Amino acid sequence: MQAVSQNDAGLIQRILAGESGLFHELIRPYEKMVYVTLFAMLRNEAEAEDGAQDVMISAFRHLKSFRGESKFSTWLVTIAMNEGRRRLRKAKTAAEDSIETSLEEREGDFTPAFLTDWREIPSEALERKELRGKLREAVDRLPTIYREVFVLRDLEELNQEETAAALGITVGTVKVRLHRARIMLQKSLVPYLKQNVPARKGFFGRMFQ
Amino acid sequence: MKLPCKQVWEHISEYLDKDLDVELLVDVEKHLENCEVCSAILDSTRNVLVLTVDERTYELPVGYSDRLHEKLEHAIRDVRNIESDDRSG
Repeated sequence: MQAVSQNDAGLIQRILAGESGLFHELIRPYEKMVYVTLFAMLRNEAEAEDGAQDVMISAFRHLKSFRGESKFSTWLVTIAMNEGRRRLRKAKTAAEDSIETSLEEREGDFTPAFLTDWREIPSEALERKELRGKLREAVDRLPTIYREVFVLRDLEELNQEETAAALGITVGTVKVRLHRARIMLQKSLVPYLKQNVPARKGFFGRMFQ
Repeated sequence: MKLPCKQVWEHISEYLDKDLDVELLVDVEKHLENCEVCSAILDSTRNVLVLTVDERTYELPVGYSDRLHEKLEHAIRDVRNIESDDRSG
């Protein structure tokens, strides 16, 4: 586990010693990260912004409890994830809960989609506003248990152990859920990446090994 | 080629994370060298992930940062006031 950076550690020390105004500076690099975590979890701009404010205020009030054993960003993103979960629980109906539990139990179809010929350069593809919308929608559609792992591991780049600790699950479960999340994303996004390439039905059937 | 395609798909995520045991890694890489389908699936998964996590995918609402720091300023002042009340009282 990576420890807190020197810059962050220095700021935290000064804030705790009384220069509380420096908290603005401390969190500036992490503002977007906290918002994106909450937005990906809550799928709503206003809720995410409201949640982000609560997260930062809570981080300020509990700064003393930050031990410096992890990076400050990891600590913040864990608070953000908890806030996201709390808000989801508040909004969620019992019916949704049971659907999600059963998803993990069942042997779902986590087979990737085939992409024959993607000619677009990824960074150019992103210039298309419509594609950016599709990417966010695909994340939105992931069931919560997969979405939260994807958010921590891929969006916020926490490692497996940090993700497991933040969510209270094992590293093995992190791996399984992340794999499923990624395959589901691949599957739902591949149709939007195919650029005018005619489908060739049966083509891959012959190539299977 | 020992591994069937289906088994390779099961390890795509670990492959991307460089988290495969050496023995399995060799088998997966051998398979990928010779299998157009699996290489395409691997590349598209990697690309989908690159795009999803690109900072352009998620935009901040206009004025987000200003509103955040304004709220924070209030919270910081509140704590200061409580602390100075504690000291004086």
